[in-house]
Amino acid sequence: MINNALAVAGIVIKELYRRKDFYVLFVLTALITLLLGCVNFFNDDRIARYLKEICLLLIWISSLIIAVTTTARQIPAERENRTIFPLLAKPLTRGHLVFGKFLGCWFASGLSLVVFYFFFCVVSGAREHQWPLLIYLQALWLHWILLALVVAMVLLGSIMFAAPSSNSTICFIFIVGILLVGRHLHRIAIQLQEPIRTIVSVIYFAIPHLEFYDIREMIVHNLPPISMLACLIATVYAIGYTAFFLIATWLVFRRKSLTA
Amino acid sequence: MPKLFLAFLFVLCFSVAALRENTPSISVATPRQPDVNTGAGLLSSLMGDSRRMFANHFFSKADAYFHSGYYPTIFDRSASPERSHLQGGGGEQPEGEDHNHSEHDEKAGFLGEPLDCLESFGRNFFPSQHSHLETGNERELLPWLKLSAELDPQKIETYTIASFWLRTRLGKTNEAEQFLREGLHANPNSYEILFELGRICEENHKDTACAHNLYALALQKWTDEKNRGGSPDEFVCQQITAFAARLEERAGNFPAAIGYLEKLKEISPAKDLIGKQILDLRAKIDGPGIPLKK
Repeated sequence: MINNALAVAGIVIKELYRRKDFYVLFVLTALITLLLGCVNFFNDDRIARYLKEICLLLIWISSLIIAVTTTARQIPAERENRTIFPLLAKPLTRGHLVFGKFLGCWFASGLSLVVFYFFFCVVSGAREHQWPLLIYLQALWLHWILLALVVAMVLLGSIMFAAPSSNSTICFIFIVGILLVGRHLHRIAIQLQEPIRTIVSVIYFAIPHLEFYDIREMIVHNLPPISMLACLIATVYAIGYTAFFLIATWLVFRRKSLTA
Repeated sequence: MPKLFLAFLFVLCFSVAALRENTPSISVATPRQPDVNTGAGLLSSLMGDSRRMFANHFFSKADAYFHSGYYPTIFDRSASPERSHLQGGGGEQPEGEDHNHSEHDEKAGFLGEPLDCLESFGRNFFPSQHSHLETGNERELLPWLKLSAELDPQKIETYTIASFWLRTRLGKTNEAEQFLREGLHANPNSYEILFELGRICEENHKDTACAHNLYALALQKWTDEKNRGGSPDEFVCQQITAFAARLEERAGNFPAAIGYLEKLKEISPAKDLIGKQILDLRAKIDGPGIPLKK
């Protein structure tokens, strides 16, 4: 199973570096960051946090775009081009295909993340003359784990929704919504009347809390690394949701007609 | 039919654009704004009043940076202090007093007790401990203040606060003065900026004549605004008169100092203390000189 999945994943990774998405987003991120780095604020060249914040924001936007758009088109493109039929010839099963696509998109996103974070590390170090590598590694790891969850979620969406564009849009709204208000939902819920209160509370406990994986504020303000136990728990939490989405994808895909 | 509709939309867009081009008076410039050739004028033309919203956002961002990211979101806003903590820096408080930790701890515990295990766990991943920028790291506020001033040149506190940090913590007196002068250019009637410029002249350049003139002008602008029916900040007036009186007293010009103190007494809550200072100064004028050394 692993060999089959890795073979499919290899194709997805090759697709990432053949397409221009990553290059365009990386060049844009680098260009905007470097241009902002050239701005002179009160003749003080040691101001760095604004640059770190903007660079990290661009990295987050770029990584989400890469992960969501790459994943959203995988299975629909195979169906549209009818390449899914030779792909699903024995010994590759639908489960292998789903897992392979997941691994490919996740590894591809991870590769792009490494490049982005290396650039961030260089820019930040050049400006601040310090290298808090542990928290950078934690940020990279948590970001990558988050992308696993996102990729699994989008993969499920690509089976359920009609077109990659609608899937991408809905997933972006869902992801940004969780990142912005996810952690506040329970506090909002207690101010509401029943039955809305219960509904919002259920949503709060049911959604994957993507904000756990966003430690940009800690990096920007040079705060100490987060505890390894918290990292571990967050990883297990993400693995649980990823597994849930992958199994749901497999279950839906198993019954899905490939010709429709 | 769709092509006709597209053509209609194109003509409509072109017409609106042409109409907009011939109507320069659409600009949202306020009477105190500089001409539209400046960067601020261009921004105001492009962004309209939304630039003020962004300016406020960036101003809050500077405040959030001052607290190392420990800052309420709109969902926590009801429990947070209404006044920006940065504003403490723009006033006359001595160093250290503007960020009293015990006061902050009472006010800024906006997170409260976690409601559930998810919220409790989530606090590992964002700044949930209160701290302030110090030892020169206050410089990190400056880009956001600069950006805020670019977007809303009429937001006077941006200039005074940036000036406070620049001259008191970062030793950048010239940059502070330059920034205040930009603010004065955009707000020629601002008594707050004139007062800050006066403080730079007095405390940094040791130019008492310049400081005296700036304090006098600031007081005049404050009075003008009051006479126009506005509601100028009385605390700033107290600061202006107190600083001007101290300057005159140091220069040995006791009658002028008494004049400022009389003005201060009218608006200050500490009338007794100021009355005593006035009596002391009158004693210095009337009585025999007290020998400094026996």
